[in-house]
Parts: sequence; C-alpha cells; structure tokens
Amino acid sequence: MSFEILDTRELNSENTWMKIKAPLIAERCKAGQFVIIRANEKGERIPLTIANWDKEEGSFEVVFQKVGASTLELGTYKKGDLLLDVVGPLGIPTHTEGAGNTVVIGGGLGIAIATPVARAYKEAGNKVHVIIGARTKELLFNIEILESFADGLTICTDDGSFGIKGFVTQPLQEMIDKGEKIDTVFCVGPPIMMKFISKITEKHGIHTVASLNTIMLDGTGMCGACRVTVGDEIKFVCVDGPDFDAHLVDWDEMMARTQAYREEEKIALEHYHKCRAEKALEEQNAQENK
Amino acid sequence: MGSEAKKSRGRKPLVRTRLPMATQRPEDRVKNFNEVPYGYNEAEAVLESQRCLQCRNAPCVKGCPVEVPIPQFIKLVQEGKFVEAAEVIKTKNSLPAITGRVCPQELQCEARCVMGRRYQPVSIGNLERFVADYAREHGEALPELPEPTGKKVAVVGAGPAGLTCAGDLALLGHEVTVFEALHAPGGVLIYGIPEFRLPKDIVRYETNYLKKLGVKIIPNFIIGKNKTVKELLNEFDAVFIGTGAGSPRLLKIPGINLVNVYSANEYLTRVNLLKGYLFPEYKTPVKKGKTVITIGAGNVAMDAARTAKRLGAENSIIVYRRSKKECPARVEEVHHAEEEGIDFRFLTNPIRIIGDENGRVKALECLRYKLGEPDETGRAKPIPIEGSEHIIECDVVIIAIGNNPNPIIPQTTPDLETSKWGTIITNSKTGETSLQRVYAGGDIATGAATVIAAMGAGKIAAKSIHKQLMGHEIDEEEHNLEVGKCDS
Ligand SMILES: Cc1cc2nc3c(=O)[nH]c(=O)nc-3n(C[C@H](O)[C@H](O)[C@H](O)COP(=O)(O)OP(=O)(O)OC[C@H]3O[C@@H](n4cnc5c(N)ncnc54)[C@H](O)[C@@H]3O)c2cc1C
Ligand SMILES: Cc1cc2nc3c(=O)[nH]c(=O)nc-3n(C[C@H](O)[C@H](O)[C@H](O)COP(=O)(O)OP(=O)(O)OC[C@H]3O[C@@H](n4cnc5c(N)ncnc54)[C@H](O)[C@@H]3O)c2cc1C
Ligand code: SF4
Ligand code: SF4
Ligand code: FES
Repeated sequence: MSFEILDTRELNSENTWMKIKAPLIAERCKAGQFVIIRANEKGERIPLTIANWDKEEGSFEVVFQKVGASTLELGTYKKGDLLLDVVGPLGIPTHTEGAGNTVVIGGGLGIAIATPVARAYKEAGNKVHVIIGARTKELLFNIEILESFADGLTICTDDGSFGIKGFVTQPLQEMIDKGEKIDTVFCVGPPIMMKFISKITEKHGIHTVASLNTIMLDGTGMCGACRVTVGDEIKFVCVDGPDFDAHLVDWDEMMARTQAYREEEKIALEHYHKCRAEKALEEQNAQENK
Repeated sequence: MGSEAKKSRGRKPLVRTRLPMATQRPEDRVKNFNEVPYGYNEAEAVLESQRCLQCRNAPCVKGCPVEVPIPQFIKLVQEGKFVEAAEVIKTKNSLPAITGRVCPQELQCEARCVMGRRYQPVSIGNLERFVADYAREHGEALPELPEPTGKKVAVVGAGPAGLTCAGDLALLGHEVTVFEALHAPGGVLIYGIPEFRLPKDIVRYETNYLKKLGVKIIPNFIIGKNKTVKELLNEFDAVFIGTGAGSPRLLKIPGINLVNVYSANEYLTRVNLLKGYLFPEYKTPVKKGKTVITIGAGNVAMDAARTAKRLGAENSIIVYRRSKKECPARVEEVHHAEEEGIDFRFLTNPIRIIGDENGRVKALECLRYKLGEPDETGRAKPIPIEGSEHIIECDVVIIAIGNNPNPIIPQTTPDLETSKWGTIITNSKTGETSLQRVYAGGDIATGAATVIAAMGAGKIAAKSIHKQLMGHEIDEEEHNLEVGKCDS
C-alpha cells in the first residue's frame, strides 16, 4: 500500500504544500487532526497536521516546514511520487461547539494548522477572529483563504514588512485592552508563542486551547514519546490531544522535550546533505558518460 | 542415524546435562545486533533429542500452553526427520521458530520434563527452534487450502494473537483481513523484542507465509480511528481483537518527563521497528547514553539494557527492587545480560530522576531495600532501608515496569465490557466478548503475558469463530491455557 502525491507547491522559501491521495483519511478527518507519514523504508515517522481535505477526490493536504533532514527530504518528493506509509486521522478533533467569540492564532507554520480549525469554529456557529504572524512578509500564506470566511483577520510580521510590526500577542493584548468580548482563544505555533499567549489570557480568565506538536513515534499511545504534563496529569498528545487547556500545560517541560534530539538532528542534517551531494555528483557523472 | 536412535530408545540416558547452544562471544556480540545463539546444527539436535525418554504420560506437554506434541516431534528429530518434526509442532503451534526462541521454557514445558527431576531437562525450546529453522530453510510445502467458505473475518492487531487466529481461520477456508496500526505486522515481535533475540527476517517470513495462505494484512490502519468495530461487523461475519498491552506504565516519581527518560516501548521501537541503530542512514534517532539505567527486570528490561550496551553505552545498569531470584525475565536472558556485563543493582529502587539546567537527565536517586516476609504474590516483599539514599549518575533512563492494555478499542466500542484494569473481558475458553460476533485474546484480554499464551488465545478464538461461521454451537473445550505472567 503506497500513497500517491497528487500535487506539491512551494508556498515560500521554507514551507511546502502537498496533496496526497488517501480516501480513507479524507472520508474521516476533522479539523485539528493529524497524520503520520513515513516517506520510505529508511524514513522517520513524521507527524503533520491535516491542513485541508477533499472527500470527493479522496485526498488531503499538508503544509510542512523544512526544518530538518526528514522534512527536507519530504520536500524533494514531487507530483506522482509515492509515500510508503501514511496513517491517520490521528488525535482528537478540535472541539468547536459553543466556543462563542473565538480568536484563532497561528504563528509561522501554525498558520496552516490554524486555517482548518478557524473554519471549523466558524462552521460550528462561532464568531471567529484570526490572528496570524510570521517572521517576514515572504513567509505568510493562506491570507485569501482566511479572508474568505473569518469575521476578522489581523496579520503581523516580526520585521514589519507586512501588517502590524510585532508578535501575535500584541493584537491579542489590544483586543483584550479594548474590552472586546473573547470567550475562547485557540493557538498553534512555536511553543514559546503559545506559552506567552497562555500567560496573557490566564490573567484575564479566557479559556485557551493550544495545539501541541511534541515529538512523536507511533501516534497510537504505545510509546509515550509525546507525553506532556497537563495540570497534575501526564497526557499523551497523540491520543489525548493534540489540543489541551493552555493554562494547564507545563510549557518549559514541553519545550525542553521537543529539543531532545538537537545533537542527532545536526548529524542527520549533515548526513542528508552529504547524500544529496553524492547523488548529484553521481548523476552528473552519469550524464557525462552518456 | 535412524538405527542408532532406535538403539538408544529404552536405554537409560547417559547424558545428564543438556547440550548448550553455541553463542556469539559476549565481547563480540555487544558490538552488533546479530542473534546471540547460533542454534543447534543437525548433529547437535539429534544428540540432544536422544536425551528425551519418550515418556508415555509426557508431563512436558501439560506444561506447554498450547500442548505441543513434544515426545512425538522429538522422536522425529531422533530419526533425523526434521521437516516432519516441524509439521507435528505446527499442528498446535504455528510459530515455532519464534516460541522456540522466546518462550519462558523453564517455567513451561521444560519445568515439567522428567529429566529435570534428577538431571537437566531436555532442551525442548532449542529443539523446537532448530526444527522450525530447518523447515524454513529447506522449503516447507504450503498446506492445501480447503474450498473457500465465503465467510469473512476481520482481525484487529497483527501481534502473535491476531496472526495465529488469522492463520488458523485461513486454513479453515475463511477470508481473513488483518488490520494493523503500525506500518509493519508482528506486534511486540517486530517493535519490541530486539533483532539479537528474534531476527526480524523470521517474523517477516511468518507474516509472508500467512499472506501465501491468502490472509490480507493491511498496515497503517487503526480500528477505532479509520473504522470502528461496529463498522467492521457490517462488512465481516466476525471480528477478533488482539490489540495487545501496548500502553506504557510510567513510574510516579519526580523527573519522569525529563529529556532522555524513555519508556521501554519507545526506546525499543526506535531501535527495532525504525532501525535507530543504523542512524543516520535510517533517520530515526535514539539517545546513545554513556550510562544508561533501566528500571525493571523482566524480558522488556533485559532487552532494553542489552540494547543500550549495543548502542555503545559504557555502563548499562539494571535497577530492580527485588533480588535476582525474583527477576521475571527468562533465565537465559538474565544469563546473557550478565555475560554482556550488564550491571545489576538488585534490591534498589528509584525515588527521583534528577535533571540538569536544560531539563535533561543527569542522575537517578535510589533507595536500597531488604527482603521481608512474602507478600500476596508469594514473593518476598522488598522493604526500604532507611537512610540508604544514593545517587547514580546517568544520562538515559529507561522505564520497563510493564504495559497497560491498549485503550483505543475499548474507548471507541461502546457495550464492549472491560475490567477495571482496562482489559477486554472474555470467556477464556472460547474468546467470546460481551458483543455478539466479537472475540478477543492475547494481552488485551489477559494483561501483559507471553507470546505463546497470546497464540493460544488466538487459536481458541479461531475455533469458536469457525463454529459460529459454520452455524455450530460454540462450546468450551478443555485446554490448559495457563497464562504465565511476564510483569516485566
Ligand atoms: C501533532 C503534530 C502536528 C504537526 N503538524 C505539523 C505541520 O502541519 N507542519 C509542520 O511543518 N510540522 C508539523 N509538526 C512538526 C513536525 O512533525 C516536525 O517539524 C518534523 O518532525 C521535524 O522533522 P525533521 O527531521 O525535518 O526535523 P528535525 O531535524 O527533527 O528538527 C529540526 C528542528 O525542528 C524542531 N522539531 C523537531 N521535531 C519537532 C516537532 N515535532 N515539533 C516542533 N518542532 C520540532 C527541532 O527542535 C529542531 O529545531 C507537527 C508535529 C506534531 C506532533
Ligand atoms: C520488549 C518485550 C519483550 C518480551 N519478551 C518476551 C519473551 O521473551 N517471551 C514471551 O513469551 N513474551 C515476551 N513478551 C511479551 C509478549 O511479547 C506479549 O505477551 C505478546 O506479544 C502479546 O501478543 P498480542 O498479540 O496479544 O499483542 P501484541 O504483540 O502487543 O500485538 C498487538 C498489535 O495490535 C496492534 N494494534 C493495537 N491497537 C490497534 C488498533 N486499534 N487497530 C489496529 N491495530 C492495533 C499493535 O500495533 C500491535 O501490532 C515481551 C514483551 C515485550 C514488550
Ligand atoms: S511452545 Fe513454548 S512452551 Fe510449548 S513446547 Fe514450545 S517452547 Fe515449550
Ligand atoms: S518429559 Fe522430558 S523426557 Fe519425558 S517426553 Fe517430555 S521431554 Fe521427553
Ligand atoms: S506518539 Fe507514541 S504515545 Fe504518542
């Protein structure tokens, strides 16, 4: 069983969009769920959030950031290529019923994940304001899609090259200061961003949900690699989440755990570049020999 | 050979001690992941088989959870008829190459062997392993399949319970589909038990064999997520659940979530299923600590500690709160671990994992224990010695204190009765659950046990399912499926 890539596109210098044929996943999935992809026999199992899906076509989409060896390699796969293993939909869908006035915040790659979730909140009858942020203008995406359904959209960049100059926490703080009624905040992005959002909303007693992206392996509750402390309990993000009450998450512990393989990631990256270089050389030689 | 064997029959055994299997030298094997014992060769197998007295009442058979016809197969080994010997085993046990390697024989078949009363028991496990390997290497004929019955069965989970159930049903002419959550079938056999104890080629051979019998195996398919048990019942005539005890138990001590604290499941899955020992060629990393401490002393703990050694740990330490006598692991594993220089700290129990400023493990604080009166399990109760706190520096900690039943199916199947431990309640003599047409067995029904017990449960359920499909009454057949505990 392999899974065909129906299309790919570079969204910008860091992020790639990919559409994959998988009728079983498309038929079942809901906003907030994810898949695990193992591209080939030697590959890692990579968790990626389902960014969009099409039941009729039997396909779903992911957007991924090329941060290490596995995601860089996945980025070399093109339309028509096959992925060895895809499993999903995993995790519990985002709970959107009765959320009320909702602010959905996506930082960086989190924009891709925030998009279907924001749409689901909207479809469940809530008023949805979306805040997205990225380091710079070039890394923003999905703006038109979000504009098409959100009740409000605020855009920030760290360097001020587009929208508000600053972090996503800024417009959120302003909304609160202005006395806007916010019942729920949903956030997804770098853990440090989620931690700061959580600090702000905690002060004002606003219910806040964070979608966590811990390190994962099986995604079925078998290994505990994804564990986080929530309140005084240990939870497995793959089966109990990925959404949790942001005020109860032990952010510092979670951030430390996502850094577990810093040294190994460097080795993997060097190995990846070495292999790519060797392959390129081989191809060049083959060309010349022709 | 045949005539010699005949002569030896009826004669008093002269060989009191069992023939050991040749193994890789400890100093070599800690540097590779190849299998530790080489296994008997033909001559050795025949020699060892001659120690069997061919007892008429064969007590050894009663020690085997699936009642392998032990004297019968050993007799064929005496006669040099190895392929036939394998066929005899396979009437009761479809995975002898695996059980020969991983059964706790010293508690099962070999525990009851008459030879063991005065001398050493016959090496039933080693012989079983030998004939299974021989048959595999010398080409086994596929059994003839009966006319298809047109009945369809879904099996959930491709561990030993599910695979055995699937194989037996296929041999009865039913159309079987196995759904497996991971990307490869085998359950614990593929993700848990290391290559150096159970080569993965053997597991793959066995699963391919099932495919040849017509069993469909669908990986990457999670029942409860992709489809529910209820939905399976619309498409299939019966469902067998063999989802195992794959949910890791963690210690309730401070520091359990520090970086580089692993569950044994995670550690072993990274190394076995994802070939982390070949990193970076294979992309899944695993921490290679200098000092690795494994907590627990079951098979799982031995596997983790020995794996750590092979990944290059200078010190691989096992911390266990009872004494050597109480180790739940197979005797052979403890012995191999000792040979490989695993540092056992018995009567020691962790109280706290200590981290550095980056949240990474740097030490384990422990208490020393002494043995007191026997507790409710009959084992001496360990009692902490006051003031015996001490610190062992380390950079990786592996928790191997057992697994709970996998919760996905119970959570997504209303009306399926479960116990307070989360196991699915079954009639252990038929495999029936509280739901019509739904059967279960293996670790999901018993809690973490053994490979052979899981296979036995798969066989029992296959029988009941067959009767249900053919419109017969399901009855409770007598068998002695004692579930040996393997509480890590
Ligand atoms: C439920 C879930 C959903 C996810 N959804 C997406 C998604 O839609 N798109 C996407 O691009 N990524 C997503 N991720 C993160 C993604 O899985 C990782 O980025 C990827 O595994 C990194 O692999 P790598 O080998 O390329 O990089 P590595 O070399 O492993 O890592 C490089 C850098 O990324 C960081 N990193 C590693 N693993 C993770 C992780 N799991 N989460 C966050 N940072 C990590 C490291 O700290 C390091 O700085 C998700 C993770 C989870 C658990
Ligand atoms: C490291 C280790 C070493 C061991 N060593 C020994 C030994 O030496 N001797 C011995 O006798 N026993 C040993 N055991 C115990 C033995 O392996 C188990 O008792 C046995 O594997 C149980 O078999 P099972 O079929 O019930 O479950 P498992 O082997 O656990 O298989 C269950 C399968 O179901 C799949 N699954 C789970 N949920 C779903 C779902 N919802 N949908 C689809 N698939 C699903 C899982 O991915 C898994 O593949 C060991 C166990 C471990 C962990
Ligand atoms: S299956 Fe296990 S217990 Fe039974 S005879 Fe074989 S080794 Fe012994
Ligand atoms: S009890 Fe021992 S000696 Fe007797 S038949 Fe069984 S294996 Fe042979
Ligand atoms: S990824 Fe293994 S338990 Fe969550």
